[in-house]
Amino acid sequence: MNYPSELKYTKDDEWLKIEGDTGVVGITDYAQNALGDIVFVELPKVGAEITAGKPFGTVESVKAVSELFAPASGTVAAINEELANTPEKVNQDPYGAWMIKIKLKDKGEAGKLMSSADYEKYAAERG
Amino acid sequence: MSIRKATTHVNQNEGLIFEKSSPGKYAWKLPELDVPEVDPAKALGTAARSDLGNMPEVSEIEIIRHFTRLSTWNYGVDTGLYPLGSCTMKYNPRVNEVASRMEGLAGAHPYQPEKISQGGLLIMKVLSKCLIEITGMDAVTLQPAAGAHGELTGILLIRAYLESKGNPRQKILIPDSAHGTNPATAAIAGYAVENLKSNAAGMVDIPSLIAQTNEDVAALMITNPNTLGVFEREIAKIAEILHAKGALLYMDGANMNALVGKARPGDRGVDVMHMNLHKTFSTPHGGGGPGSGPVVCRQILEPFLPVPVIVSKPNGALAFDYDRPQSIGRVRAFYGNFGMLVRALAYIMANGPDGLRQTTEDAVLNANYIRKKLEGCYELPYATPTMHEVVFSDHLQTKNGIKTGDIAKRLIDYGFHPYTVSFPLIVHGALMIEPTESESKEELDLFIDAMRSIAEECEKDPKLVLEAPHTTRVSRLDEVTAARKPILRWKPQQQPAAAD
Repeated sequence: MNYPSELKYTKDDEWLKIEGDTGVVGITDYAQNALGDIVFVELPKVGAEITAGKPFGTVESVKAVSELFAPASGTVAAINEELANTPEKVNQDPYGAWMIKIKLKDKGEAGKLMSSADYEKYAAERG
Repeated sequence: MSIRKATTHVNQNEGLIFEKSSPGKYAWKLPELDVPEVDPAKALGTAARSDLGNMPEVSEIEIIRHFTRLSTWNYGVDTGLYPLGSCTMKYNPRVNEVASRMEGLAGAHPYQPEKISQGGLLIMKVLSKCLIEITGMDAVTLQPAAGAHGELTGILLIRAYLESKGNPRQKILIPDSAHGTNPATAAIAGYAVENLKSNAAGMVDIPSLIAQTNEDVAALMITNPNTLGVFEREIAKIAEILHAKGALLYMDGANMNALVGKARPGDRGVDVMHMNLHKTFSTPHGGGGPGSGPVVCRQILEPFLPVPVIVSKPNGALAFDYDRPQSIGRVRAFYGNFGMLVRALAYIMANGPDGLRQTTEDAVLNANYIRKKLEGCYELPYATPTMHEVVFSDHLQTKNGIKTGDIAKRLIDYGFHPYTVSFPLIVHGALMIEPTESESKEELDLFIDAMRSIAEECEKDPKLVLEAPHTTRVSRLDEVTAARKPILRWKPQQQPAAAD
């Protein structure tokens, strides 16, 4: 499993990458592996307000439908439209296949998230 | 180990009926026209069609063989064990069918006058009393047509009650071990869903419940026993915590077959619950349905029940009462799936109280027998005692690259329907097995032999399991492409060979 060190991680298995005032969000390698083949990704509309820790969309695999939880609060600035037709990209490249970009309300929120080392340990504990 | 279960399937290749079509063939003959002929174009205008499109043209014997062959591919509880956990695929006793097909019941019409519907009304009245007695509640509606429909009805009762108190509240708490329909129900009823974590024993975590219960919470929806097959033993305390904040307790009664005759939710503080007659009370299930999901509730919710409700008139006759100003309204045309109500009552009366109690005991005994015999072969993620179903994980098999879905596919080769795969979600790689009380020890032993044999194959010959099933017409279907790029309509041009 691969957990890039420049990213921040949630306990719900999303990653967050800070790019200036923007946060880029996707799901981790652990999450895509646990879900299995992903067949559908449902994302919010651009402009939607999202809150840290609350669901912002869903991801559906052949096994289950799971909620996506926002790693930080803010306004949705962009969504990855490509995933509508090629959800398999999330399996193939979980860190390249970003889901949403958030205009962050408070950059400090990211400080509460896990580092890659902590997340790796957290993922390993769950097997 | 010798495998005694038949392992070969009827293996016929059968195309689509469209592929059998040959121009000009037909399986009908109409009598000579003895009325004046009508010109369709004149009568129907542009709606008249000269060509029926791509309708199959086949002879009678081709139709008969086609559907007869397809029927031999069925697997049902009448052909063998159907251990789908959480689904309670129990046997549908034939006495139910005899009762529901009696002329006066099968031929009854919902619009026939009450005066000549007294038998049907009495069946509904007696069934109502039985369900109230079994659950320890105060009132019931028989209208909902399925389990999830019952859930929605129950949550709408809670909303109506809270609205009558001035505030419908915002959210519903749902444990992570709940049935997937619970959060869907809460959302459809206009509530926000808040997840409640389970503790290490697989039960509702009481400190989390206390922390999350406040004046915004309308209700907790709990499944008991939950989807791990574990009895929520703190149910009375859970009810107290909710009631102290003015919230109500909804119980998903889909697993009521583990409690009938032994414990009554109404005695433990549950305010409202649904039952699945097509699970607990043996009416047909799945494709054999329709379902039926009666809702029982405490007195405080009774004014809000769907209309109509059955009442006794002063002369002793039964009647429908529509004059219920606080009712949430109808949830179903007429009075629910009446044929299922007849079957459920037949089942209850054929068993009687002692028979129902033994049914519960046998269901729990069967699940625990399987648990004991398979412990060691498959990992048991929660050691808490099991009720009517047992959940293993594929943890011991994953080191050979084998997952729960592969074991399920291999089970088909042994002549069994698979168990429930990858559910509940709180168990990674779940194998969820519910034998029900229907099975004899002999059938359970065949299943156990098969599961033990597969565990051995996972060690010695993983490829055999990973490529299963081997004895079916088709083996691994491409379920990923089917989900990502579904083809929903068959077209002749996609089948050039058949078009020749």
